[in-house]
Amino acid sequence: MIDLENLTIEKARKFLDAKEFSAVDLANAYLAEIEKKNKELNAYLEVFDDVLDQARVADEIIAKGESYPLLGIPLAIKDNILIKGQIASSASKMLENYVASYDATVITKLKKQGAVFLGRTNMDDSAMGGSTENSAFGVTKNPHDLSRVAGGSSGGSVATVIANLALGALGSDTGGSVREPAAFCGIVGMKPTYGRVSRYGLIAMGSSLDCIGPIAKNVEDAQIIYEAILGSDVFDSTTITDTTYKKLSFKKELTLGVPWDLVNGEGINEEVKENFKQSIDKLEKFGFKIKDISIKNIDMALAVYYIIMPAEASTNLSRFDGMRYGFHKGGKNLLEDYKQARGFGFGQEVRRRILLGTYVLSAGYYDAYYGKAQMIRNMLKKEFSKAFENVDLIATPTAPFIAWKIGAKSNPLSMYLADIFTITANIIGVPAMSIPSGFSEIENKKLPLGIQFMAPHGREDLLFEVGKQFETLKKE
Amino acid sequence: MSLSIKDVEDLAELAKLELSNEEKESLLADMESILGYVKQIEEVEVGEVRSNDTVYNVWREDVLAPREFSRELIVKQFPDSQDGFLKVKKIL
Repeated sequence: MIDLENLTIEKARKFLDAKEFSAVDLANAYLAEIEKKNKELNAYLEVFDDVLDQARVADEIIAKGESYPLLGIPLAIKDNILIKGQIASSASKMLENYVASYDATVITKLKKQGAVFLGRTNMDDSAMGGSTENSAFGVTKNPHDLSRVAGGSSGGSVATVIANLALGALGSDTGGSVREPAAFCGIVGMKPTYGRVSRYGLIAMGSSLDCIGPIAKNVEDAQIIYEAILGSDVFDSTTITDTTYKKLSFKKELTLGVPWDLVNGEGINEEVKENFKQSIDKLEKFGFKIKDISIKNIDMALAVYYIIMPAEASTNLSRFDGMRYGFHKGGKNLLEDYKQARGFGFGQEVRRRILLGTYVLSAGYYDAYYGKAQMIRNMLKKEFSKAFENVDLIATPTAPFIAWKIGAKSNPLSMYLADIFTITANIIGVPAMSIPSGFSEIENKKLPLGIQFMAPHGREDLLFEVGKQFETLKKE
Repeated sequence: MSLSIKDVEDLAELAKLELSNEEKESLLADMESILGYVKQIEEVEVGEVRSNDTVYNVWREDVLAPREFSRELIVKQFPDSQDGFLKVKKIL
């Protein structure tokens, strides 16, 4: 029996290379867990039928004496990342039967290392939501408490890793869709610098915000996945290189900035605040310098996001017309074909955002909404650059509250507020990571909380450094 | 902020979305609440803001290179096809 509970990518690498177990053994162990738990959790939408074939190929490579960090490592992939020949539905009725005709760049990179793809994971329809309650194929349950959401939109990917149904996973993060579920389920989730990881083959939502990010049990594993997928790509002209951003040098003693006015603001759960304060105290005792920072207009970030994101999403989603692929419902004429495919194929939240995006981009309102939001976005970028002159990293809680009960948030705006701490990193394009910071006990269930660190553009290395230090602090 | 059902219908027309009457009502209420929230950006004074981003050319050279696509997979997903072509309704 392989001890999946305590297994990490780093450990599995050693066992596989030492031939203590094979990639097929490992894949079988995960398939058995999936068989036991997936029906209840609804984390995977589909488990691929070629998992053992992939594992056998990995074993052949291992037998030749070759080794790559992810060779033979079983991973779960979010349902909006294309794997050639497999369905990629974005958990939407619109793409329920869509079969990818090419590999996303991240998939090509993982295949080169010989990673094993277990299946595609549940998410909010078209990645729109923070709980997977918007999935066309049912909600993913939180493995810590089945009556609660796992978070979203990458809820399925996160649930697979915490429930031992995969050793690591890929998610996508447009406003916190990797980090928020990671906090709700108690694992590590990371959003790289915008452009660090190619978006080619990721079903687009908000093109100036979208990032593919790793989900893993600990910071070390997240780093291994991140290093496997990063890099510039001719197929994504927004990808960056190592020299895109100037690297500032840092002192040995890192300074953490905390925007206390935002953390102590309205609508933030008391236990979240308390847990965050404890984490900051620990970091301070450990030797980090803590600095209270105030960022002008940071309280506008959420409003800016809910203008820019629907605007870009409504544009991106106009490609889904039921003509060449996807949901098709024949009407009387071509126009009716379009309207029916889009009206019935997209879920409710998606239709809502398409309308919102169409509104903020329409001639009479463009300047007041989209134009103004872009200007504030530029202001925020400058404000953060200024802040990063004085601090190395910025820390906040990951989410303003703990995973909620399934169905508890029926008003869309109340759901949007879950993104209050995470969206800023997407708006300004900096890397950010959520790390488990403890538990809150509710109704005899231990529910996880997370702390988020943000670093300047291109400084993922700082996130890994502070993340690893925070992990050792937690154990003390 | 005051939107009407007619506004929702006009937007749905622009976005090519078929909506039921019931949904138009609920979307109207949702949009008013969301737009009411995002409207707070009106209060921000922006003055002369220019982006600090440097813009540079990212176009690749126009050279032929093979791209791996599966024609078979693409054609298979057409809702209607004839002789490997996508078949759509008459538009003229």
